[in-house]
Amino acid sequence: MIHHVSKVIYPVFSLTLVISLTMVIALTGCSRDDQPKENDTVQEITLMTHDSFSASARVIEAFEKKNHAKVVFLKSGDAGEALNKAILSKNNPLADIFYGVDNTFLSRALSEDLFLSYASPQLAHVKDSLKLDPENRLVPVDYGDVCINYDRNWFREKNIDPPSSLEDLLAPGFKGLTVVENPATSSPGLAFLLTTVARFGEQGYLDFWQQLQNNDVLITSGWKEAYWGKFSAASEGSRPVVVSYASSPAAEVFYSKTPMETAPTGVVIDHGTAFRQIEFAGILKGTQKLALAKKLMDFLLSTQFQEDIPLQMFVFPSNKEAALPEVFTKHATITDDPAVIEFKIISEKRDLWIEQWTESML
Amino acid sequence: MDRIDVVRKGARPIPRLAVALVPLGFLGIFYFYPLGGIFHRSFFSGEIFSMATLLDLATSRRMAGIVWFTFWQAGISTLLTLLCALPCAYVMANFDFKAKKLIMTLATIPFVLPTIVVAAAFQALAGENGLVGGINLEHSIAMIFLAHVFYNFSVVLRITTGFWSFLRQEMGEAAAMLGATPGQVFFKVTLPLLRPAILASAILVFIFCFSSFGVILVLGGPGFSTVEVEIYRQAAHLFNLPGAAVLSLFQICFTFGMMWIYTTLQKRITTFIPQSQSHALKPVNTLKEKLMVASCVGFILVFCLSPMAALVVKSLVFDGSLSLAFYRELFQNTSGSLFYVSPVDAVENSLVFAAATLALAVVIGVCAASTIQRTGKRIGAFLDPIFMLPLSTSAVTLGFGIIITLDKPPLNLRTSVMLVPIAHTLVAFPFVVRSVLPAISSIPASLREAASLLGATPARVWFHVDLPIMARAITAGAVFAFTMSLGEFGATLFIARPEYSTMPVAIYRFLGQPGTMNYGQAMAVSSMLMLVTAVGFLFIERFRSFGDRGF
Repeated sequence: MIHHVSKVIYPVFSLTLVISLTMVIALTGCSRDDQPKENDTVQEITLMTHDSFSASARVIEAFEKKNHAKVVFLKSGDAGEALNKAILSKNNPLADIFYGVDNTFLSRALSEDLFLSYASPQLAHVKDSLKLDPENRLVPVDYGDVCINYDRNWFREKNIDPPSSLEDLLAPGFKGLTVVENPATSSPGLAFLLTTVARFGEQGYLDFWQQLQNNDVLITSGWKEAYWGKFSAASEGSRPVVVSYASSPAAEVFYSKTPMETAPTGVVIDHGTAFRQIEFAGILKGTQKLALAKKLMDFLLSTQFQEDIPLQMFVFPSNKEAALPEVFTKHATITDDPAVIEFKIISEKRDLWIEQWTESML
Repeated sequence: MDRIDVVRKGARPIPRLAVALVPLGFLGIFYFYPLGGIFHRSFFSGEIFSMATLLDLATSRRMAGIVWFTFWQAGISTLLTLLCALPCAYVMANFDFKAKKLIMTLATIPFVLPTIVVAAAFQALAGENGLVGGINLEHSIAMIFLAHVFYNFSVVLRITTGFWSFLRQEMGEAAAMLGATPGQVFFKVTLPLLRPAILASAILVFIFCFSSFGVILVLGGPGFSTVEVEIYRQAAHLFNLPGAAVLSLFQICFTFGMMWIYTTLQKRITTFIPQSQSHALKPVNTLKEKLMVASCVGFILVFCLSPMAALVVKSLVFDGSLSLAFYRELFQNTSGSLFYVSPVDAVENSLVFAAATLALAVVIGVCAASTIQRTGKRIGAFLDPIFMLPLSTSAVTLGFGIIITLDKPPLNLRTSVMLVPIAHTLVAFPFVVRSVLPAISSIPASLREAASLLGATPARVWFHVDLPIMARAITAGAVFAFTMSLGEFGATLFIARPEYSTMPVAIYRFLGQPGTMNYGQAMAVSSMLMLVTAVGFLFIERFRSFGDRGF
């Protein structure tokens, strides 16, 4: 009788084993079922991108209908993580097209030899100043400026002039007013660091930061923490100056629900105070659907897709013929005089600058 | 007795092996294989390997500082969590009062909230313009401790309460009869009996704080960095995979070492005859007892409920008046986006993933706990730490590993939805193990043997002896598996299928763009997440039909 005790566990756990196996099989089954079956007419094409990517359903449908295709989107973390995933899966690519390499990562992406060269006919309509890769492996799809945003109400109520230059942030009256993002963990943070390098030079930028430190600047890890946690125009926070995008005021108006004449926030973009972020897309080497991938690239650069970009991602279209929505023409700005550092130098010096910055600021 | 033990030890190896294969197979495929892949790629692939990077990392002052900080903040966070939670566990385990279940649920909800939302809630309460006002918590170490206690409070509370309310009153009463003071009863009888549960929850909290990521980044600010944060920085922003891999390896080795010491130190596992189901909780009578209950309830209300209430208020106030505008807006796809997910779908996705995680984690966790308990000290002391490793492994590292290893049929899972519950189970089943192991080990062999001698079939013995004793611990583990899955968004984002967005992913996306509607909707989804979590708990506890009303 007693030795039966040892058998106690056997039936029960064989049961649990069966249950867990069934689950795994069921789940695998699910994941297979939800991928639409490919047939002769509908071809699937996969676009890999970052979390912030968005597009209108009707615009993508238009492409799918015209080309008998189904576009599958893979969102793969933030811009850095997504590019890293593309690099790691180079030999067995996850997608046919990658959307969202910015100019700070451009060199890295090109040197990994991930992309096929494709000179889309649509490139004729793309602003020449945005084209950085002469071989057209990565072509510009959108751009925007990273710059200082300020809380208009706050400055009006306090009767203080809002900032108009980077140097203004160092004034005694601006003590404790500014919040910026850590360039090591945030892409607007990195863009702002590059702005200061362009503005004050490699020798002088750390001085600027030191003075900013003395003026009680607050550094957060990311844009969300700065904007939603500390910026007085958007949160319970007390700081009226934040590093954000030149299109943020347009988003404030678009997502305000109650109609607004003027945006609650203003921007500082003149005389090299804004950094231009350009996003690129390209066809991943190893694609099995080159013809369709080329069509999708043409489509991404076409006015139909480009005109959809502003209200979906709050950046500017690279196609100069794409018309801007009203909220953009009224409330979003773009500078003629951005801070410029050549992308090759950025990727050469990026880590060094971040490290120097970290050493002196944290 | 000796003869019986001999017979027991001679039990068939096959069933044991089958039970052991469940957790080991799962870990092998979804944890060790991807990690092995990424380590191999990082260390041995010529193109990115650079010895200089490794040396830099090992000798850097900054790294030493980060490692030291990671240790001590985790230690202090754990102590503070124990200090706050143990008195509450005493009250919860010993007294009967109204709304106890609700209070317990409230204490556990913080677990699912994204750190960015918690940061907003703290800011609303105690920031410079907050309700309490004037307390400057901006980016301080105090903020990190506060957040760690806020998140982990319920881990200690639930695991300890579940165990405590099973202790037999008679032992304490016997000691008291023999002349022991209440203090002596507590320190000489209750505490030693409770030790396994307290240590189990403390070790979980420590591992959690040790690998803390969101709290440090969001609430601590860039002035603080843990090993986990540094791995993310190295891997995702500096493209330094070897550096990230070295740090991940350090994390894994440290966790293994710590867990090994912990399991080895646990020399004697306390066994006791568990209380019958008619265990009566004390009613609250004397003034002292009333004070104790009131301060416990008060603490939980102020500490856990008030930040959550702040979020709900924010989701309901629009332009200075009460309104459902943000909730209504959730049902509209204002920008016509392809990636719009209706709140109904987000809730459904979250619940499906959470239910799958719960089922997988309970099966794998119970098998793992049984394996540890059955394999004897030496192998058990080795297996137990292994099962804890996923908790403290950097998600970025594991995610990259999955990309390069699980990329061929039959395991081409890189973009599969199935990866979501699998990733959630990896971090959820250690909770089940920690929660079930003290219970399973406390069952004296004589109890099962007695049942057998009285003629029970093996299945009946399991259902009437093992399961009732484990039920409460399984429920505690299941609740955590469920919450873990509901609140997780890193893996869900990383796994890249936008059509399966969960509630935390929706919150994160809303907060990605400026505008009051985005903020309001993020708060509305946060409130929904809390509600769904609470309803889920009540459902899980209703579902459990074996134990009693312990918590």
